[in-house]
This record gives sequence, C-alpha cells and structure tokens, in this order.
Amino acid sequence: MAAVSNLKNMVMVLGLTCLLCSAVLGGAYALTKEPIDAAAKAKTDKAIGAVLPAFDETSYESVDVDGKTYNYYKAVKGGETVGYAVESSVVGFGGPLSLMVGVTPDGIVHNTSVLSHAETPGLGAKCNTDAKFMAQWEGFDPSAKILSVKKDGGDVDAITASTITSRAYTEAVKNAVDAVKKLEENDHE
Amino acid sequence: MSKNLKLITDGLVKNNPTFVLLLGMCPTLATTTSAINGLSMGLATLFVLVLSNMAISLIAPAVPDKVHIPVYIVVIATFVTLLQLLMQAYTPSMYETLGLFIPLIVVNCIVLGRAEAFANKHGVLESACDGLGVGLGFTCSLTVLGLVREILGSGSAFGFNFIGGNDGMLAFVMAPGAFLCLGYLMVLFNKFLKKD
Repeated sequence: MAAVSNLKNMVMVLGLTCLLCSAVLGGAYALTKEPIDAAAKAKTDKAIGAVLPAFDETSYESVDVDGKTYNYYKAVKGGETVGYAVESSVVGFGGPLSLMVGVTPDGIVHNTSVLSHAETPGLGAKCNTDAKFMAQWEGFDPSAKILSVKKDGGDVDAITASTITSRAYTEAVKNAVDAVKKLEENDHE
Repeated sequence: MSKNLKLITDGLVKNNPTFVLLLGMCPTLATTTSAINGLSMGLATLFVLVLSNMAISLIAPAVPDKVHIPVYIVVIATFVTLLQLLMQAYTPSMYETLGLFIPLIVVNCIVLGRAEAFANKHGVLESACDGLGVGLGFTCSLTVLGLVREILGSGSAFGFNFIGGNDGMLAFVMAPGAFLCLGYLMVLFNKFLKKD
C-alpha cells in the first residue's frame, strides 16, 4: 500500500528519487563521454576525408568574412596546404543546413558533404542522397561557372521541387568559397 | 507463466497502444517516415517502457500518493536520458535520425500510462511482461506504419529501393500521409485482429 502523504514522506521520497536518478545519470555520462566524443570526431573526420584530397594532418582554425565566423580545417600534406574543409551553415527550408565544403587553395570546390539538415524528407532531404545533385559539386570551379541555381541564371542543377533547399545549399558552398578566397588573400599579404 | 505470456500478447493485440489505445500519437506520426525509423523508435520506447515499468513496480509501495506523478516522471526521464546517452555513444547514425524524438519519450503517454494503470499495482515480473508486450505492440505498429509509408512514399522497403529512382508518392512521407495510413491501418486492425 502507498505510503502516507505527509510532508516528511513526500520530501524524503522525492529527494531520494532525485538523488538516485542523478547518481545514475552522472555515472552514465562519465562512462559514455569518451565514446560520444569519439563518435563525433569520427563523423567530422569522415566528412573532412570525403571533401578533401588526401592529406597528412589537419588543424582547426577560424576566419571572419563580412562579420560571420567560419570554422575550417586546414589540411596539410608534406608541408603544403592541399585544401580547406569549411563548416558552412545557412538557413534551409526546414531549419539550419550545415555543410562541410572542401575547397582547394586555387578556389575550386573539391567536394561537399552534409553535416546536418532539417529538410523535408523526400524533397529537400535529397540534397544528402541525390547522386546527380551531389556529383555536380565535385570539381566545381566558381571562376568558370556561376554559383547559383539554373532558375536564377546560374550553373547549379537544383533538386526537382526543392529549389529553396538547392539555393540554400548553393549559398553555403558560395560562402565557403568566399571564406577560402579571403584566407588565401590573408596568406599572401 | 501463461498469465505473463497473456500479458505480452495482450499488449500486441488487445491493448495495442497505437491501433487500439491510440496512445503516443506524436512519435507515431512523426517518426514513421520509413520502416527502419519506425522500428528504431519502437525499440527505443520498448527499452524505456520495460525498465520504467520494472522500476516503478518496485518503488510504488514506498511512494506517497500525492507525489507519485513527479516521482514516476523523474524515473522515466532518467531511463530516457540513459537511452539518449547510450545511443549517442554507440549508434550515432540512428541517434541522428531519431535524436529529436528520443527526449519526447518522457512525455509519451504510453510510458506514464502503463506506470499508472499497471506497474504500480503489480509485481516486477508482471510489469516487465506488460512493458514488453505493450512495447512490442508499439514497435510492430510503428514498423508496419513506417513500411506502408515507405513503400508508397519512397518506393522502397527497409531502405531497399525497388522502383528505381526516387519517385514515390511524396504525400505519404509527409504528415498528411501519416494520418491517412494510420487511419486505414486502424480500420484494418480493428476489423481483422481485435477480438474481445
């Protein structure tokens, strides 16, 4: 039978329950912290590996472009910079759309990869699965082609029925390219 | 033992949380865009349900009536957070798909509903069986609903595409299709399976 609902009982039961639960969670947090960090790192490493040519090591840095801060990984091979993997985030159709954009020092997009998105399943979410849409970013040269969707007079093939997502994706790539341009300028100063 | 077995099958059919009790509609509608997503959400809920049922049946006699809801919620929230940490650590890709909905298991009325209606009046083993039954019922319903929506909406089943291309009926992947599928499945379920 349930215990009597007097103040002493209630305070004691609630207090004990909370204490016990926080102890369990604290322990679980300590135990899972390492694998969680490892999983996050593996994900980032995978994204960097996918968007850049082969490299030896990366360093994590950031740059300001027009008041916006971009974090990027500078990839170095044999003492030479082979590319930058820029984390570029814009507002898509359903929320933030985060990309990892690999750009080589000459300003050409090496490849792109989606870090996280909240686009509509079956429509905008295809930016992460549509082979044709994804393939066009490989080796995209912003000096030879225009970085905007065909509907806006550019050279980017949009995903069918997902122009807004495609535009956002394009904008994210453009921001990354601009950030790298700025980086290269800084380097030569 | 047969009594415990009956508790499990009751959860699957007679007390099926989705098609009969109509509980937990929010995760049901939101996460069943594909069979895999439905299955994972079902299993996540099953995990929380079994453990919280067992824990609550153990502590129920010591809990004063006036504070029983806060105590149950704290217990349920603990298991959900535990699940969240474990998923983040060991199944990061699944966590990415379901991440948003995992914390919502806390307020899933199935879990609190079973604690209130069953676990606080029964023993640990019975409560575990009830949790297992209702959890399995939820998992099956979500998987079937996810499968139907995935077949109609994306032309694939469990991620295996059989129409070649991405041209399913999009409406079924989005909210209206969720309501339509759920309604029709409910009709079929009640016509053919539910026997009193």
